[in-house]
Amino acid sequence: MATVTQEQVNPLVEGLERLPVHPTTLVIFGGTGDLAHRKLLPAIYNLAHEGALPERFDLIAVSRADIPHDNYRSMARESITKYSRRKPDPQVLEKLLDRVRYVPGTFDDDSVFDRLGDQLKDFDDEAGIAFNRIFYLSTAPKFFPLIIRKLGDHGLERRKDAEVRVVIEKPFGTSLAEAQQLNREVLSVLDEKQVFRIDHYLGKETVQNMLAFRFANGMFEPIWSRNFIDYVQITSAEDLGIGRRAGYYDSAGALRDLVQNHMLQLLSLLCMEPPVTFTADEVRDEKVKVLHAVKAPTPEDVAEITVRGQYTAGMAEGADVPGYLQEEGVPPDSRTETYVALRLKVDNWRWAGVPFYLRTGKRLARKVTEIAVTLKPVPHLAFKAAGSVGVQPNQLIMTMQPNEGVSLSLGAKIPGTRMRIRPVNMEFLYGTAFLSQSPEAYERLILDAMRGDATLFTRNDEVEAQWRICDPILQGWAHQDGALPTYPAGSQGPEDANRILVPDDHWRAI
Amino acid sequence: MVEAGAVWSAQDTTPGEIDGALRGLLKEQYEKDAACAPARVLNLVVIVDREWRGEILNRLERVGRYHPSRTVLCAVEPGRTTIDATVALTTEGEDRAGDLKLTRERCVVDIGPKHLRNLDTIVDPLVVSDIATLVWSPHGHPEAVDSLLHLAQVVLVDLVEEPDPAAAVRRALELGASAYVVDLAWLRSTPWRERVAASFDPPRWREELGRIDSVTVRHRPDSGAAGVLFCSWLAARLGWRPGSLMRANGTLHGSASGRRQHVDLRLVPDQSQAVPGLAGVEIGSASGMRLSLDRGPGGLSARRVDARGRESSWTVLGASRGEAGILGEGIRQALLRDPVYRDVLDEAALMLGA
Repeated sequence: MATVTQEQVNPLVEGLERLPVHPTTLVIFGGTGDLAHRKLLPAIYNLAHEGALPERFDLIAVSRADIPHDNYRSMARESITKYSRRKPDPQVLEKLLDRVRYVPGTFDDDSVFDRLGDQLKDFDDEAGIAFNRIFYLSTAPKFFPLIIRKLGDHGLERRKDAEVRVVIEKPFGTSLAEAQQLNREVLSVLDEKQVFRIDHYLGKETVQNMLAFRFANGMFEPIWSRNFIDYVQITSAEDLGIGRRAGYYDSAGALRDLVQNHMLQLLSLLCMEPPVTFTADEVRDEKVKVLHAVKAPTPEDVAEITVRGQYTAGMAEGADVPGYLQEEGVPPDSRTETYVALRLKVDNWRWAGVPFYLRTGKRLARKVTEIAVTLKPVPHLAFKAAGSVGVQPNQLIMTMQPNEGVSLSLGAKIPGTRMRIRPVNMEFLYGTAFLSQSPEAYERLILDAMRGDATLFTRNDEVEAQWRICDPILQGWAHQDGALPTYPAGSQGPEDANRILVPDDHWRAI
Repeated sequence: MVEAGAVWSAQDTTPGEIDGALRGLLKEQYEKDAACAPARVLNLVVIVDREWRGEILNRLERVGRYHPSRTVLCAVEPGRTTIDATVALTTEGEDRAGDLKLTRERCVVDIGPKHLRNLDTIVDPLVVSDIATLVWSPHGHPEAVDSLLHLAQVVLVDLVEEPDPAAAVRRALELGASAYVVDLAWLRSTPWRERVAASFDPPRWREELGRIDSVTVRHRPDSGAAGVLFCSWLAARLGWRPGSLMRANGTLHGSASGRRQHVDLRLVPDQSQAVPGLAGVEIGSASGMRLSLDRGPGGLSARRVDARGRESSWTVLGASRGEAGILGEGIRQALLRDPVYRDVLDEAALMLGA
């Protein structure tokens, strides 16, 4: 039995799945933007529906459109109804919208921040308590430093008796120099523990499950090293093209869009040492060590360890689709890569000598995100009998999408009188083993930010370490002449991708 | 997208035949569509009176996201001596290349009263081995539940369904000796407990926990057990020693001893409450603080008066889960473990003299 003492933890929280979150006001800069409407507002509604929001919660949207509160509420109602993963309960939705305010204006306008400060104060005064404040920067990246500077200028960056946190959407810079500059500007106003750099990929249940898979199962860790692992492939393939995102995508490309953030996160989760505890900084310390162990390529390395490509017209799901250069909004002479494959090394005691292949691309044969770990072959092949399909090295596949799960390929005897072997799969699918589907990544990440748990957010040194790997590649490519390799839409990617493989390694079919 | 799949049925059959039919249907389905994979999470065995079979099946259909992978529903029909059965598969998932379709199985087995005492001999071949089995018997039949206890890891109960709360608590304690007990009455109170915990979480208010001197719980007239569980939770977590509750004018009264104070406990039936469970909670402290939570549109209506008489009110957002949602939550909880419920039952037994 618990007894109440001073300085105690709250004895009432024992056994509760949802721990209390301090009353919070969430401010969305870019409140009329696409991300707010498609992801953030529906995620906030779903948290409200489940009773997961703080006991007291208010929302303020800041954006350029000059509209009154009620119009914004109508827009929010429409977005939530359209994009929420569940049909909204009208009473919960109306009560949530009651607590929504809108502050119009541009981010360089001081009066916007004065009015925002007044509104935040009104909420505190009404409740008689100091609310935590979360500023969510869902704007174009060029506004990040400006908004943070203005928050500082207007005294909104910290407060007594409550926490102030800032969530920053990706991309966090487009080069190492930009990321460093942005970090300097952000940290001249805020402390690092106030900053939550979002990578929504880390909010996915299956990505988090990698930690459970590695550190909650005694059978894998003993083989998780260069002694048993031959090579690793991390694939994030899309079957779709760029759609209407030409404006963003053509200036970013596949390396910035997916490798610099998501794929290097997967690499660091796969390779990290077990943290002492699962606190934000312990986990991130271990991830950063992995990133520091990845050798940044030299200009000479770039040609040898990277392949890029651009899709041409082809077929997807039986239909003709245009090539990248024919997509709406793409300059006809664009050299932006829609495919990239890399061979990286993690130079530390555990992983020295193991090639890590990363590849991502648009308009590939199918949509799949997976990590394939190929184990070293057995040292002696006792089953070289004719008729075997082959004794192949075991492969452990962790699939993030479309069917989240883990599969292990094993050699098994083909039924019959002879000792013939072929690979079979032992499969575990999350969908068949748990009662429910994962919540949206944004629900988890918004809640974590409100709780102050930064484990699934990227720290400043982590972002810079990621750029330290990608920056030389971008620079190397900038000096390469000649035509970009191409691949037909709906294919496995450019033929040239085989060039970076170590002899005897193979790409898995997408 | 959920689709009805293949169906098999037979009269005067045996558990072995039903098991064979299940295997046959799964094999046929896989041959037709290799994207179908059977869910393997939880068996649910339900024992119901035949006349309420449809209602229980409907309730199970509406549990939301939390479906058992195999449901074995045993419908008890007075006078029946033979076994009839229907087996049906359902699949869930989009018809897209590369996507998985999840298959669930449902066996409805009509049995007679004579089968209840040895129900395990019928059910054992029908449950998937190596996954958890949950037993729920909403219409009584304790002998059937007892016969299944060696097969089941979890028993689902609903303390408010029992007319005598003391007997219900005794039975839950008894079942708890051999299986993990999930209680729907306890799960209905989760949002109330979460909100009370949250209200006392800021350090300024946490100090008040040691000064609580009154708790009033309003509940649907037939949900007295839910009120008792709520008070027992506070007693278990705050270290109170509860005394027996006494009935007067339809209200249960009692007290508990805290470290520095006596706590007055009142459980008041609320005729306006339509759904099972709690209607409202009011907690008072020796310093004059009062916190009340009441059901309201869009969530719980909260009101707090501090020691100086300053009042504040707000809505704690959250949708009602409905009775089907509560049952779904019960199914989900079968795979989790609540470290507090057993202590709460012990306190409830003290309050009710169970």
